[in-house]
Amino acid sequence: MTGPEQSRVPFVAASPQGMVVAGGLPAHVVYVLRLGDDNLVMAQRLGEWISRGPDLEEDIALANVALDHLGQARALLAHAGALEGMGRTEDDLAMGRAERDVHNLLLVEQPNGDFAHTVARALFLDAYQVELWRVLSGSGDATLGGIAAKALKEARYHLRHSSAWAVRLGDGTALSHARMQAAVDDLWRFTFEPFAADAVDLAAAASGVGVDPEVLRAPWDARIDAVLTEATLERPSDPYQRTGGRQGFHTEHLGHVLTELQWMQRTFPGLHW
Amino acid sequence: MSYDVPRMAGDAAWTEHDADDHARRPGDEGSGPMWEVFVRQRRGMSHVHAGSLHAPDAETALLNARDVYTRRSEGVSVWVVPSSAVTASDPDNAASMFEPFAEQPYRHATYYDIPDEVGHM
Amino acid sequence: MDLSPDDRFQAILDADDKIEPTDWMPDGYRQTLIRQIAQHAHSEIIGMQPEGNWISRAPTLKRKTILMAKVQDEAGHGLYLYAAAETLGIGRDEMQHLLHTGRHKYSSIFNYPTLSWADMGVIGWLVDGAAITNQVALTRTSYGPYARAMVRICKEESFHQRQGYEILLTLCRGSAEQFAMAQDAVDRWWWPSLMMFGPHDDESPHTAQSMAWKVKRVSNDDLRQQFVDMTVPQAEYLGVTLPDPELRWNEQSGHYDYGEVDWDEFWQVVKGDGPMNRERLANKVGAWDDGAWVREAAMAYAAKHDGRLRSAGAGGAA
Repeated sequence: MTGPEQSRVPFVAASPQGMVVAGGLPAHVVYVLRLGDDNLVMAQRLGEWISRGPDLEEDIALANVALDHLGQARALLAHAGALEGMGRTEDDLAMGRAERDVHNLLLVEQPNGDFAHTVARALFLDAYQVELWRVLSGSGDATLGGIAAKALKEARYHLRHSSAWAVRLGDGTALSHARMQAAVDDLWRFTFEPFAADAVDLAAAASGVGVDPEVLRAPWDARIDAVLTEATLERPSDPYQRTGGRQGFHTEHLGHVLTELQWMQRTFPGLHW
Repeated sequence: MSYDVPRMAGDAAWTEHDADDHARRPGDEGSGPMWEVFVRQRRGMSHVHAGSLHAPDAETALLNARDVYTRRSEGVSVWVVPSSAVTASDPDNAASMFEPFAEQPYRHATYYDIPDEVGHM
Repeated sequence: MDLSPDDRFQAILDADDKIEPTDWMPDGYRQTLIRQIAQHAHSEIIGMQPEGNWISRAPTLKRKTILMAKVQDEAGHGLYLYAAAETLGIGRDEMQHLLHTGRHKYSSIFNYPTLSWADMGVIGWLVDGAAITNQVALTRTSYGPYARAMVRICKEESFHQRQGYEILLTLCRGSAEQFAMAQDAVDRWWWPSLMMFGPHDDESPHTAQSMAWKVKRVSNDDLRQQFVDMTVPQAEYLGVTLPDPELRWNEQSGHYDYGEVDWDEFWQVVKGDGPMNRERLANKVGAWDDGAWVREAAMAYAAKHDGRLRSAGAGGAA
């Protein structure tokens, strides 16, 4: 298949057949866990930039974004634990699950790479979260709605920050343009997954708790196209896409992220810190 | 926090410097010019000078100012101004600029004697 | 009748008033301040590394949040201090270059490795505690921008020491393994913390001039004694033992007597041969070098899109 029409149709890398809702948890719990995991892994990745930023001001800015995501993760994980009703705390959930039970988007577990990769990853996530939180502010789950309303303000700021950088790197020097284009090309294969609905998404949407992520794709596309254009960047045409994170089928990166995240609790279980 | 760093024998004297220390090195790209940051803490208050930072352009300066100077709920509004835009009074002229006003007490309420019986004025 | 600039400068000092950036000042005062403020700033920035080392492994999400916020504050403190130093006529990039090439130093305490979670507690308790001991005094330093930066830093500092002590309280009340972790961290950080106050004053010829200029307000030994007196009861409350067999209360003096710092180790670390001098500086330089293309891109974009900024120099207001 060739031609521009076909290049817009994603080719989704095969995920194992027979997707099962992990651990038999109710869809509502899994739905919230997924959102928590997105923010948890993103916070963990951004924390790696602290003391390594391109300048002091940006170090401080990245730390703020990391803290926002961490705060959202804590609220979402705590809520998921409450919904589950088995007494699992935010830390139990963050520190006690292994890869196959963690549900973040593949996008957020990708390495920081150079600053362009970090900016591209943020741009793609922020544009998604702005749409997501806007809709979820009206969730039938009032707690989730409250978290979403607060997170929306943060996501708007994050998007402003990542868009500004995407534009400056894309329309900066020849070198920064090349690096930014390479980053966009490299991470593009993880941009289908946020909008790929599965049974959990559809159940959550049907119950008024969540949203069918497919409806978020068009505004996301419009936003991304606008930023790429202003940044003088090309929208990638490679149709290859990967999914699976939502179902616990991750890239090889997540295991290492969890190893660092969970090290203390796994080594010294059951203690207060 | 405060950190005193002791001098070692053989260190260049603290007062030594050469012009080269202060020269910008080619290819050494910095974070841009300096900006002064003003923050309005609450509605009804003025913007107050909070400090300065470096940024290449106004939008970045604004975002940075928000990140650096308002983390502790210190503001609802931020101004950033290139430091080069500030015109400062000359300290050599401070006496003629400001001291004459010290000799003009008639501009202050306390100069005027109103008997207590009149009530608050 | 008009005072000479030198006399005017001295009059301001004698009145305990502030010297501001546009005041005349002796070149020695200016250079001493540049060096001191810059090195203070460098210390804040390098200090992000030992604590940053544990962000990814903080044992709970709450502790991770707190540690991130603390390290972020340190970046901010460095930024305020560089800004204060810039009012003296040196650019931030120049100061960084002096650090990167080894002509400027930073506080030696940050050349020690953080080997356990308990180190996060001990750094907050002892290292921040030692810095705070001098901090209030520095808000009275004679140079206005430096004093004002210190006021802002003091306000933000208030949670830093408390969060460290709270970590240790939790460990010392926890399991035997946690208590041992805390004790081990104390054993490694106690003496380096005392070294933070610098050499004895009679071995620091530079102290006298700094005191005369009211840049330095309290002597090294007095500050060190103040720190010991404050900290010993805090250690007793935790139940940890400070690794100094000569430490004892002196009824007559009303202070704690304590042992002699290993000055060989002290000078070795200052000279650059401490456990992590090379790594700390390499990380700092590496981050700066890795970011060069990013900064260049931002400047290039600004130049393309706002002509005004091409002519905006590095000037600073007070």
